[in-house]
Amino acid sequence: MAKTLFDKVWDSHVVRSVKDGPDVFFIDRHFIHEVTSPVAFLGIESRGNTVVYPERTFATADHNTPTINQHLPVADPLSANQLNALENNAKKHGISHWGLGDKNNGIVHVVGPENGITLPGATIVCGDSHTSTHGAFGAIAFGIGTSEVEMVLSTQCIMQPKPKSLRINVNGTLGLGVTPKDVALYIISKLSTSGATGYFAEYAGNVFTEMSMEGRMTVCNLSIEMGARGGMIAPDEKTYEYLKGRSQTPKGAAWDKAMKYWETLYTEEDAAFDAEINFDAAAIEPMITYGTNPGMGMGVTQSIPTAANAEGGAATYKKSLGYMSFNEGEAMIGKPIDFVFLGSCTNGRIEDFRAFCSIVAGRQKADNVTAWLVPGSHKVVDQIKAEGLDKIIESAGFVLREPGCSACLAMNDDKIPAGKLSVSTSNRNFEGRQGPGSRTLLASPLVAAASAVEGVVTDPRTLLAS
Amino acid sequence: MAYDKFNVVTSTAYPLPIENVDTDQIIPARFLKATARVDFDKNFFRDWRYHPDGTPKADFPLNKEVYKGSKILVGGRNFGSGSSREHAAWSVYDFGLRCVISSAFADIFKGNCLNVGVLPVQVTGVFADKLLDAIMADPKTEIKVDLPNQTVTLVATGESQPFDINSYKKDNMLNGFDDIDYLKNIENEIAAFAETRPF
Ligand code: SF4
Repeated sequence: MAKTLFDKVWDSHVVRSVKDGPDVFFIDRHFIHEVTSPVAFLGIESRGNTVVYPERTFATADHNTPTINQHLPVADPLSANQLNALENNAKKHGISHWGLGDKNNGIVHVVGPENGITLPGATIVCGDSHTSTHGAFGAIAFGIGTSEVEMVLSTQCIMQPKPKSLRINVNGTLGLGVTPKDVALYIISKLSTSGATGYFAEYAGNVFTEMSMEGRMTVCNLSIEMGARGGMIAPDEKTYEYLKGRSQTPKGAAWDKAMKYWETLYTEEDAAFDAEINFDAAAIEPMITYGTNPGMGMGVTQSIPTAANAEGGAATYKKSLGYMSFNEGEAMIGKPIDFVFLGSCTNGRIEDFRAFCSIVAGRQKADNVTAWLVPGSHKVVDQIKAEGLDKIIESAGFVLREPGCSACLAMNDDKIPAGKLSVSTSNRNFEGRQGPGSRTLLASPLVAAASAVEGVVTDPRTLLAS
Repeated sequence: MAYDKFNVVTSTAYPLPIENVDTDQIIPARFLKATARVDFDKNFFRDWRYHPDGTPKADFPLNKEVYKGSKILVGGRNFGSGSSREHAAWSVYDFGLRCVISSAFADIFKGNCLNVGVLPVQVTGVFADKLLDAIMADPKTEIKVDLPNQTVTLVATGESQPFDINSYKKDNMLNGFDDIDYLKNIENEIAAFAETRPF
């Protein structure tokens, strides 16, 4: 039977299938961070287990880390305690650890690919739902809970039923100012936050083949926001080009051998999907969200839909708009904003900073806006400086911070205050996600940049054209 | 961590008729800083249960005295979306709940629940609404969740619906086992498989 890309990778990692139960699924690469791993290590100790393949696990500190003065001791004792726990657990079990200040440190889903740990055809898990990011390389990658983190550490396997398959095709030409983030937010707005629950997605069509690796990562990253367990894109020349020579990729003969395998990783012509859906690239505008889940998004020039048309019921919809202090039928364009957050594993890569700079270059940050620009890793910081983007950022009145998850989940000090409105390039606009009472508008780096210089929600096309 | 076996639970139930309840609401990120499993019951639905000054919000169902001690929560569609934090499932369990009923669950949350001893029971939207209406109209209404027979029943009327669970997970829940017990038993098979991996 013809196989999909997903079938090929999944089936080659099944150690055994439990009758009327899950598959015993082998994990090639495992990322851990300070928040979801400590209790897993406690479990290992209380059961008297060991970490069976420490070389397959990689630790980086990101969720809790400050984004200024990283050279100083972490002030918050609880955060410091978690960071210490990660370091000590890694040391004790022989796991590589990129702590605060390490040149390889950064957000787990940024540093994995950057260091060539993420490979086509690999299975990758992490106690973080946006592990789906790594699917951009043709890997099966998804988020797991802490019990599963313990399972992977102590057995290198988890027990998972095989998800159903879904192909999302986007073909055509993207318009001016339409970025990979907009493509993803558009798909989520059409499918809703639960539309792909139970599925694993493959993205296909010329829009994705023409997209950069950074763009593909942004799209796969957001797969979880439509309920999918993950999303993947078949590897191609761009993928190999990106990976070649990175610190952890196979070298020499091992590379050639890997290439032979990678070239088999595509969906066969007659392979069947459980569901398939098509979108026209030309229909996608720069997007913005107006509610409290990522499915509540629309073209930036449109008006907030009325409750009568709401997916998920009018009561839930009204509660959401109430939290945002927005009304049905209102336009988003022109709404005054308080904060802008550029960063996260969704949009904290070099390309996102280039996009942001393409708009703020020669302009000034609006006085009413507080902006947090947080690169995804130290390597991104280095690249920003190498390209002189830091100069553009500074002369436009912005400040570049140090890498980490930052205001994406606001576990550190980067919290959007209650009631304040933020245009954020991150991935979740849930109530309080960016700090208790915070209000989040998800958008692309271009929309964030345009809104940062105008001080109100702005269509970036008006600035790109001029 | 070990959890109590699950067999038949008959209990009153908390109603939470809101759709797309995400794990950031179930347990906000700022309460994820522990390095052990402590206090997750206290911060369960923290920002929906309490005002910023720490006083309880009287009208939030989990604060209502009439439902206190219930072992079941009936939620809206797409319950548990968002973050993979298992802390959300821990807080459900540690709050004293053994079962969440909804017409749809997010995948990761559902898996996390099964791993920590909380039974996610998926029923039709119509039946979920019926349960919600019944427990909101009369908080003394009891629901019976029978794992061996895979049924959920509105005790007063006898109305019942079957639910799905694979026999492996069912067996785990009935016996308080978890996946690590299973995987450790096939260690050699996994080691042989690992040898075959190209990277
Ligand atoms: S940036 Fe946000 S979504 Fe990404 S890993 Fe960090 S907390 Fe998770």
